[in-house]
Amino acid sequence: MAKTIEGLYYSESHEWVRIEGEYGYVGITDYAQQAMGNIVYVDMPEEDDEFTAGEEFGAVESVKAASDLISPVSGVVEEINNDLEDKPELINQDAYSAWIMKIRLTNPEEKDSLMDATAYAAFCEKEQ
Amino acid sequence: MENLQKTCLYDRHIAANAKMSPFGGFIMPIEYTGIINEHNAVRHAAGMFDVSHMGEIFVTGPDSEKFVNHVFTNDVSALTPGKIQYGMMLYPNGGTVDDLLVYKMNGDKWLLVVNAANIEKDYEWIKANSTGFDVSIDNDSPQWAQIALQGPEAEGIAVKTLGLDVAELSFYSFKETEWQGKYLIVSRTGYTGEDGFELYSDPETIIKMWDMLAEAGVVLCGLGCRDTLRFEVGLPLYGHELSEDISPVEGGLGMFVKTDKPEFVGKEAIIIQKTEGITKKVVGIELADKAIPRAGYDVEADGKVIGNVTTGYNSISTGKSVCMALIDKQYASIGRPVEIRIRKKTFKGTVCKKRFYDKNYKK
Repeated sequence: MAKTIEGLYYSESHEWVRIEGEYGYVGITDYAQQAMGNIVYVDMPEEDDEFTAGEEFGAVESVKAASDLISPVSGVVEEINNDLEDKPELINQDAYSAWIMKIRLTNPEEKDSLMDATAYAAFCEKEQ
Repeated sequence: MENLQKTCLYDRHIAANAKMSPFGGFIMPIEYTGIINEHNAVRHAAGMFDVSHMGEIFVTGPDSEKFVNHVFTNDVSALTPGKIQYGMMLYPNGGTVDDLLVYKMNGDKWLLVVNAANIEKDYEWIKANSTGFDVSIDNDSPQWAQIALQGPEAEGIAVKTLGLDVAELSFYSFKETEWQGKYLIVSRTGYTGEDGFELYSDPETIIKMWDMLAEAGVVLCGLGCRDTLRFEVGLPLYGHELSEDISPVEGGLGMFVKTDKPEFVGKEAIIIQKTEGITKKVVGIELADKAIPRAGYDVEADGKVIGNVTTGYNSISTGKSVCMALIDKQYASIGRPVEIRIRKKTFKGTVCKKRFYDKNYKK
């Protein structure tokens, strides 16, 4: 059973964002990592890249396939999680601590159009 | 949704919580405990695959040897009963109908083991080319189930757990035997680059064997690692490195086409390819970066697209990002620098041998 965490915001393309002040940390959900299986590579964005909500910002690759990463929020990349370069499997181990990018939010209200944990759990239920 | 067939082990896969996906007209297990874990089990211990989706076509009759040699690229005239050959069936233009194993049985009887997705096509093709030959051709696929037991510990497990007398069986040989009173074919073959066996019997018997092997701790392996394993040792997958549009010569598998045979379907086209040369060829490419080249991605050189990736992975056994690709022949020399387009960027690579990991066959 895939985990969800209260307080995060979730997208239909299975990314999560944790809002901390003017920043958002973005990763992929436990449901997504379970569906993908062993993750072996993360194609990272670069610092200062600017994305709008719904835009592709990289990719996560399992052994057998690549999945695009879609930014759930708009903003400018402040930092990327360099740990994932050598240890992409951290996403399998704990999808909610293995954030991929920290983004300076340019439109914080966007979170209101994302799902909360309960709504996302129901959404995953339907996807199965 | 197409009408997917289930193998006799379907309930076992569901009970083992496998990720299931369509493959070759069947709903098949892709992975159980993770592709990396399953892959490493086969490289270093033992794993088993449900390969009941594979097709079994029997050719019998007085002209059977002559006929098999007519539709098959390798030369079966040298085979003795109990021996197996790998090769292809070709269209007259040299394109590949399928790649397959041919088992020479006692009497005028041959077993052709073909890819699941091609069973119907192959059966029709074989029948259509049998005019004038005194043979009968039977597609017995639905009656057969099959397990591939693979890995360095496969022999010990086959002997101890299943009680099979196979320690002396040599590579690409098989024996017909009985197991718990049921007819069984055991061959020392596989599609992983490791030692191992393929076990053919009726569904009920295969289910019993599966349970016994699982009980003994053999790792359940899905088609996910079957692909990563065969890829690393440079074995082709029909639809990727061989196809209607890719001949064995273009696929780098010309050694399985015996042009010194009197005749076979596709011979003239292959002779032309071997003497006049080909325009495209399947090669290996190793990337400097960890980015992963996937099937279909463009291969570029001199500022233009020179071909496409046919299969690619971050190799589990070596950690390198590597692929097989069908590219213009003029670039197909070892050491030639090329680039592969992966999403928005291109990555530097080098043409290399398409065997990325050494095979470890025993006998």
